[in-house]
Amino acid sequence: MNFHLKIWRQAEGKGRGGFQDVDARDIPSEASFLEMLDIVNDRLSEGGDEPVAFDHDCREGICGSCSLTINGVPQGPGRGTACQLYMRKFSDGDTIYIEPFRVGAFPVIKDLVINRSAFDRVIAAGGYISERCGNAQDANDTPIPKTVADYAMDAAACIGCGACAAACPNGSAMLFVSAKIGHLGLLPQGKPEANRRVRRMVAKMDAEGFGNCSNYYECEAVCPAGVPAAFIAKMNRDYALASVRNAVEATA
Amino acid sequence: MSTITLDPKIPSGPLADKWANFKAASKLVSPGNKRRYELIVVGTGLSGGSAAAVFGEQGYNVKCFCYQDSPRRAHSIAAQGGINAAKNYQNDGDSVDRLFMDTIKGGDFRSRESNVYRLAQVSTHIIDQCVAQGVPFAREYGGMLANRSFGGAQVSRTFYARGQTGQQLLLGVYSELSHQISAGTVKMNPRHEMLDLVIVDGQAKGIITRNMVTGEIEAHAADAVILASGGYGNAFFLSTNAMGCNVTATYRAYRRGALFANPCFTQIHPTCIPVSGEYQSKLTLMSESLRNDGRIWVPKRKEDCGKKVADIPEDDRDYFLERKYPSYGNLAPRDISSRSAKEVCDEGRGVGPGGLGVYMDFADAIKRLGESTIRERYGNLFEMYKNITGENAYETPMRIYPAVHYTMGGLWVDYELQSNVPGLFVIGEANFSDHGANRLGASALMQGLADGYFVLPYTIGNYLAPVRGTCPDVNRPEFKQAVEEVKERVNRLLSIKGTRTVDSFHKEIGKLLWDECGMARSKEGLEMAIKKFDQIREEFWSNVCVLGDGDELNASLEKAGRVADFIEFGQLMCEDALDRNESCGGHFRVEYQTLEGEALRNDDDYFYVSAWKYTGEGNKPELIKEPLQYEGVKLATRSYK
Ligand SMILES: Cc1cc2nc3c(=O)[nH]c(=O)nc-3n(C[C@H](O)[C@H](O)[C@H](O)COP(=O)(O)OP(=O)(O)OC[C@H]3O[C@@H](n4cnc5c(N)ncnc54)[C@H](O)[C@@H]3O)c2cc1C
Ligand code: SF4
Ligand code: FES
Repeated sequence: MNFHLKIWRQAEGKGRGGFQDVDARDIPSEASFLEMLDIVNDRLSEGGDEPVAFDHDCREGICGSCSLTINGVPQGPGRGTACQLYMRKFSDGDTIYIEPFRVGAFPVIKDLVINRSAFDRVIAAGGYISERCGNAQDANDTPIPKTVADYAMDAAACIGCGACAAACPNGSAMLFVSAKIGHLGLLPQGKPEANRRVRRMVAKMDAEGFGNCSNYYECEAVCPAGVPAAFIAKMNRDYALASVRNAVEATA
Repeated sequence: MSTITLDPKIPSGPLADKWANFKAASKLVSPGNKRRYELIVVGTGLSGGSAAAVFGEQGYNVKCFCYQDSPRRAHSIAAQGGINAAKNYQNDGDSVDRLFMDTIKGGDFRSRESNVYRLAQVSTHIIDQCVAQGVPFAREYGGMLANRSFGGAQVSRTFYARGQTGQQLLLGVYSELSHQISAGTVKMNPRHEMLDLVIVDGQAKGIITRNMVTGEIEAHAADAVILASGGYGNAFFLSTNAMGCNVTATYRAYRRGALFANPCFTQIHPTCIPVSGEYQSKLTLMSESLRNDGRIWVPKRKEDCGKKVADIPEDDRDYFLERKYPSYGNLAPRDISSRSAKEVCDEGRGVGPGGLGVYMDFADAIKRLGESTIRERYGNLFEMYKNITGENAYETPMRIYPAVHYTMGGLWVDYELQSNVPGLFVIGEANFSDHGANRLGASALMQGLADGYFVLPYTIGNYLAPVRGTCPDVNRPEFKQAVEEVKERVNRLLSIKGTRTVDSFHKEIGKLLWDECGMARSKEGLEMAIKKFDQIREEFWSNVCVLGDGDELNASLEKAGRVADFIEFGQLMCEDALDRNESCGGHFRVEYQTLEGEALRNDDDYFYVSAWKYTGEGNKPELIKEPLQYEGVKLATRSYK
């Protein structure tokens, strides 16, 4: 197959960047999107051009490294990550725009590579259960209903890619943050810290410069892990409750 | 003559008491003194991430490194199937002893008995720990944890979280690590690649890294260095490992004097999606858990291979695993299953493009349990298969073929997980100790968490307690020299400006290893490969093309450094395979097989760990043997019939 690529190139820390036109010829239809970029990079190198920088690692849709906006859609057409997108999904002769995720809180490092460390800082603000290794009770001491465990798993499946924030017109990270709060808050182990967790994580999310949610639900549509947007509503309820409790405790 | 004698430091007492005896006698660092220590942890997978988190929790100062942009993306994230533990929740006769025996036998009697026993003992705590930190394991309707079976076992002891067990375990580890990062005990350095180990007065006291964004070469000093950098399966170019997995961290330590143990013990996983073309960058695993319900077969006759599945009647199908190994059937261990698949394909009975594939068929299971049950168990795997191949496995059998997956070899460590270089500890897939010549499914995750959460935090005290205050200054000459050497190497790679891409070299050695040091190995082939590696190394250093600069993000430069190490390391793998004149586990030497084509082990001459010592570039490495001693296990021919 043949494609006309318009690839975002941006030198490190310098310049504003722009699109480079690249023709990708004779691409096998069974190749993945990233394998197509490998082929393009090999040819650029052979011609003495510097290859395009992009993040990737597992190429199985689970590590969350790859982060391309393809034809304006974070993670490209269809459900799943860019690394799990196969060229047979495109038509011969297509023009394909390839850009990094566009989120203020994720500055571009080079070409298609961005800095998503804001997500790590939001998790560090409270996305954990405080327990000390070596003292846990037997794993079956607290039964957890299958439905609860399954629902927690729906949220825990988040791969931390950032597509939700990239898809949101406000650059909101609500789906990502609510996924962690939902996962831990649903489980009995996570309840003792639930109030503090939601307050701290939401505060950190705001401080990192992510926008607000105004219910566009673009996030849910692009999320490769299928995290339901219902978790955002749950987080908003949890947050309101936690704020009230906090205020009451402060005056008590 | 060897200059090193290896002391595995196995504690005294009966097998079942060794760990307790060890802990009772081990040295402690008092709570107030822990903050006076600096520890370096390279890696944030299950092993490194858990170790760093616990060390932080205990009060040490930890510097942690990974090459990804976030610790949450370590390769452990990709594990699908599950994690073993001897909980016996299913009441099906499991026990610590049985998990121990299965692991020793699965490893074809080439692992260290005392380490494996300890692994089985601590396995039960791992599940408790994970549940406490919020890992959403699969549950039964009654609210109890669910289990499934994996290869090489006749009990159900595998815990899982859909098809994303590794992800959920790693996110548990990552959350603890994040907690410590926010507490200030762990300083995380993502996008940093370790490029050298620094030895001061014969002890490991630091590392040299390259900041992958700015290109800066930095020195870091510590009281001890812990390597948790994962496996080297990517030496083969095509494998199920993530693209960045490398041997650099452990290989650089090897060049600095750490011994590399059993490098030829690699695992070829039986159930991966077959290769489809030259452009392919990696292979995708289909979890072994599928073998619980999938039946593996090929046509009995070559002539039927091109036919549609529906046109091959039941009688004309050869369910070769069920036929050859009736008691384990489709759940025979990985090495045996892979080799059997290769055999039937070599006979010309393979299916799919190029004849390199066998069927894994779910028709019976769907008939028996219904499609919805199968969907619930493996839905995401079926989806993944469809996405990659365009085929619907609910209707037509999957096509699978073996692929490189895991490396049992690694840096040599003693019972304390310390290498022969004092102060250098190695955990997780990066060490060699627990899986012998073949690893059973769902036991790598177990080992990673055992090492990081439950073993190393106890064993490191014996080294640390007496060395307080020996963390050197990074301005010492040893660090300066190591920095200079790393810079020189980077500049050399950038200045060659030859005509071949890094990938073309990687593909070349990958194919060489797959052909000569893969599922079947021979003396002639290995000797040829060893010579070939010399030529490839020379050509690499005179003709590779690495574009861009050293002082910025430069993926070709990163890859070039890794491939340069794989080239040297591939030769070491072949040396090891050539030395071992027997077949055991994943190491199958065609000269040593039974009349039925099964592996022929030689316990009289090869009941040892091969630990290799670096003797200079291009020189033959020196072999140092750790004789194995079994107290609890009687050596037996492995049989899964
Ligand atoms: C597809 C797949 C599925 C699997 N499924 C299972 C399963 O179901 N059950 C099971 O038990 N096992 C499974 N395994 C095996 C298991 O996942 C691994 O053996 C295990 O996770 C390794 O953990 P680790 O902590 O040793 O290393 P890894 O998780 O590989 O982590 C390595 C870490 O080291 C860092 N690193 C590496 N090199 C450098 C360097 N030079 N400088 C700085 N940092 C570096 C990386 O950034 C990373 O953080 C699977 C493996 C694969 C490939
Ligand atoms: S919620 Fe979905 S889109 Fe957002 S980070 Fe997680 S996986 Fe990515
Ligand atoms: S490369 Fe890991 S999710 Fe795409």
